[in-house]
Amino acid sequence: MSTSPDSIIGRATPRIDGPLKTTGAAEYAADFHFEGMAHAVTVGATIASGRITKLDTATAESMPGVLLVLHHGNIGPLYRTVPGDDSATNSEVRSPFEDEVVRHWGQHVAVVVAETLEQATAAAAAVKVEYALEAANVRLKLDDFKGERKTISDRGDVDQAFDDAPVKVDQTYVTPVETHNPIEMHASVVRWDGDRVTLYETSQGVMNHRAVMAQVLGLPLENVRVVTRFLGSGFGGKLFPWPHAAMAAVAARKLNRPVKLSMTRRMMFSNVGYRPRTEQHIQLGATKEGKLLALRHEYLNNTSMLDDFDEGCGEATPYLYSVANLEVTGAQPRRNMGAPMWMRGPGAVPGLYALESGMNELADALDMDPLQLRLKNDAEKDESHDNIPFSSRHLRECLETGAKKFGWERRNAAIGSMRKDGKILGWGMAAASWVAVRLPCTATVEFCANGRLCVRCGTQDIGTGTYTIFAQVLHEKTGVPLDRIDVILGDSSLPSGPMSGGSMVTGSVLNAIADGANNAIKRLQQLAAATEGTPLHGAKLETVAFTEGRLHLKDQEASSGAHFADILGAAKLSRISAEGKTVPTWEDPKSKGFSLHSYGAQFVEVEWEPEIAKLRVSRVVTVIDAGKIINPAAAANQVAGAVVMGVGMGMLEETRYEQRTGQPINGNLADYLVATCADTPDIDVTFLDYPDPIMGEYGARGVGEIGLAGVAAAITAAVHHATGVRVRELPVRIEHLLESKIVSV
Amino acid sequence: MQTFQYTKAASIDKALGAASGAKFIAGGTTLVDLMKLSVEKPSGLVDINLLPLDKVETLPNGGLRIGAMVRNSDLAWNAEVQKNYAVLSQALLSGASPQLRNMATTGGNLLQRTRCVYFREPSAGTPGGYGCNKRTPGSGCAAMEGFNRMHAVLGTSDKCIATHPSDMCVAMAALEATIQTEGPKGKRTIAFADFHKVPGDTPHLENALEPGELVTYVDLPKPVEGAKSVYLKLRDRASYEFALASCAVVAKVEGGRIRYARVAMGGVGTKPWRSHEAEAALMGKAANAETFRHAAEAALKDAKPHGENAFKVELAKRCVVRTLKMATA
Repeated sequence: MSTSPDSIIGRATPRIDGPLKTTGAAEYAADFHFEGMAHAVTVGATIASGRITKLDTATAESMPGVLLVLHHGNIGPLYRTVPGDDSATNSEVRSPFEDEVVRHWGQHVAVVVAETLEQATAAAAAVKVEYALEAANVRLKLDDFKGERKTISDRGDVDQAFDDAPVKVDQTYVTPVETHNPIEMHASVVRWDGDRVTLYETSQGVMNHRAVMAQVLGLPLENVRVVTRFLGSGFGGKLFPWPHAAMAAVAARKLNRPVKLSMTRRMMFSNVGYRPRTEQHIQLGATKEGKLLALRHEYLNNTSMLDDFDEGCGEATPYLYSVANLEVTGAQPRRNMGAPMWMRGPGAVPGLYALESGMNELADALDMDPLQLRLKNDAEKDESHDNIPFSSRHLRECLETGAKKFGWERRNAAIGSMRKDGKILGWGMAAASWVAVRLPCTATVEFCANGRLCVRCGTQDIGTGTYTIFAQVLHEKTGVPLDRIDVILGDSSLPSGPMSGGSMVTGSVLNAIADGANNAIKRLQQLAAATEGTPLHGAKLETVAFTEGRLHLKDQEASSGAHFADILGAAKLSRISAEGKTVPTWEDPKSKGFSLHSYGAQFVEVEWEPEIAKLRVSRVVTVIDAGKIINPAAAANQVAGAVVMGVGMGMLEETRYEQRTGQPINGNLADYLVATCADTPDIDVTFLDYPDPIMGEYGARGVGEIGLAGVAAAITAAVHHATGVRVRELPVRIEHLLESKIVSV
Repeated sequence: MQTFQYTKAASIDKALGAASGAKFIAGGTTLVDLMKLSVEKPSGLVDINLLPLDKVETLPNGGLRIGAMVRNSDLAWNAEVQKNYAVLSQALLSGASPQLRNMATTGGNLLQRTRCVYFREPSAGTPGGYGCNKRTPGSGCAAMEGFNRMHAVLGTSDKCIATHPSDMCVAMAALEATIQTEGPKGKRTIAFADFHKVPGDTPHLENALEPGELVTYVDLPKPVEGAKSVYLKLRDRASYEFALASCAVVAKVEGGRIRYARVAMGGVGTKPWRSHEAEAALMGKAANAETFRHAAEAALKDAKPHGENAFKVELAKRCVVRTLKMATA
């Protein structure tokens, strides 16, 4: 498990797929073109609730190049996925065009297929739909919810403890709907060969995608293949299939031609998920010395009319701090909006925004340094699970290291008191956490007679560096140079690999790759010993060593042996391969009884010019405890990117629903603001780099989400420190800042 | 997007002879966008990119003549503009993105259309779509009771509250530019203040151009000796966003007193908003915070907020104060 200092594991390694991307050679889903391919464009509902009473396709069908118009009247049989089948998770319960009912604005009501994209676009605009309008509920506020709340976690007597607490915080924090905006839009390119179908997809999980499509299309699993060689990111929006994939598949089958269906940016705001709105009530009670006595976290998140989507805002709350009395509850009011979907750091990110904002307010109420408040309440054990130990928790070190790097001891707590270059500085901080799980994984490692090494796995690289991690582990195990290692991912016909979600890929694939490499080396050693004409023929297996791609006797120099390519040549074999497996944490006796999480600390500086109500995030120090870091370059890129997303969450992002129609009215990248390069603060990312002994080979936990956790709470704390304005509903806007009583420096 | 005829005009005469219903296309950064959204449906496009209007020249009177086809980037980085009309360079560079500025032209930017989200909805102004009096007179204005955070507080009417989005035009308003045109009826000169129209009862009529009339040049007067000019743009994010409030100031201070002042505002008006009220409040007064605040109050005296954009009144005032401070420092 431990690696030497000169190991490639833990060394910043350039992406092996970088040249493919910078030269444009990498093929993304919508880049696939096939002979005779037709183009599909969808028609979205213009109401949020009602029924289709008339769908007139005559004009559209008579337009140039139009081949087919599909809708609820002619889609033919499509199926829902089996409830509770974790191997086939779908985004929406309802299959596309299942009925004539419209439940949200933009819901697909038809799809037009034509020879060209332009023809399909023109014809889609000519499909006339009439509706019987019904009252829609697109009310943003969820506070009218009267239903049952599910208990997520509880211990002690939180009512009594809160009542008795000498110092209290009792506030509600709101996060708005945020829309995933990966630069690559969702797309499906579908090609049938008889009763077998291949889907070139924008998928964060090709294995799951295949299982869903097989069920939805009513096909045997083996008849479906899903390919995602490269992904222009997903942020969770591409975890599971969306209805357009099945629509494209049906169109391609009916036409017996390949079909491409690509979402527009506008559709991305209504048809492929979003982080739902959350309203979170936080109650904190503490002693005058700052010891937590009570913690209540009640959250609401909206879901759609048919889907039961629980954002899970209480994910990190039960274990982050030591507190004897705690209760977390959640509920999901329905709205006439599309199905929500996991977005980077689901649950924990909005949840920690609320919890950490509450902690910052408690620190102010106590007149205590917010850093000290966290240190004082650090948990030694997971109090939400029978006090089981944490596998590897260094939250305290994250906080202390971050404070030192940031210069936190120079903080003057008085509002508006810190200055720099004619501006007021605001400093804020927050803790972060994210769950760790090791998913099952199979990888096949293959030594080839041409001297190359190949690894295959049905996971995918969503732009984060997964290809490179595979190559790093194989290089570490075999010494074969990176440019002679082929990593084949992103195809459901490969051995089953994990979904790229929840920061779980790295921790899940490492064991399988290492195991596969070990097994393949063993087979190579057996082959060498059994093959005439090699220097190792007849050697006892335990005397054969493998060094830098060469097999040799353990007591001799590597140069005395033979390269694996020569051994394969002597044996007249093109290749020899072996499989490696990862046992998931839930089946591993070693991980039983441990609480697995990553931790982090966020320190944020904002610069505030009160005269013009201008506030920008200027500096962020992030310290992350995510186990062993396999590729620090890719990992730092993930965390820094997440911090930028945190600036967006804190300061900019909000999907606005037009109340008269239910339309996401700012559904484009000019009106939905994401952080630009110019909004990017100075970001300092530090990894503690402690291997997690429970995670297995190398001890990595993954870094995709943790960098976003806590950023928004640290920003709002910094905003308060600079301006005196407490923003409890994101994003922080100029409107809020204009309320500051500080009007000049 | 509907089908259209495309022709390339080799000369101004040829361009002016184009069929009615056609539109001139220069950089296309607004027009193509709006055609894709079905907001603009010209039957034809007359490409004017070959016209010899791509130069910046000094006029005999000491002013500057800017060809309508001069790209925003070229104009912003023009040495003469940077030296004598800094406010214009700053305004141009605060707008859009480098890619857009490389395409967008001076003439095109004068005609940039509003970013009102309802105006830009494909179905706005049609039965069942959002009301938009700019798209279809009489169909109403969805922004009045809707998403109007970005909308105007000055020059509005009960028919339309759409903001004029250009940064360049705000600087030109403060510089008292004039617009040269050529049309079927010949050449004419239009004062900048007369070029853009407030919506009134006819928000679909946005400027003084007649059908088939082509903007050929924008002339800037001789720079005011001893004056300093500044553009300041306030917005939610640091780049690639339209102004919530912006201000262009050309000012001259002598002996601590303001001897020359031109003030225009962006992001708050239905047209590039020249404030004579602010200028009057500044002339002859001491260049200090109190004077600036009075000028800002005067500039926003008639502001009429709608729902979400109330904050713009105070923000615009602060923007004016800060810009005056910078221009008189």
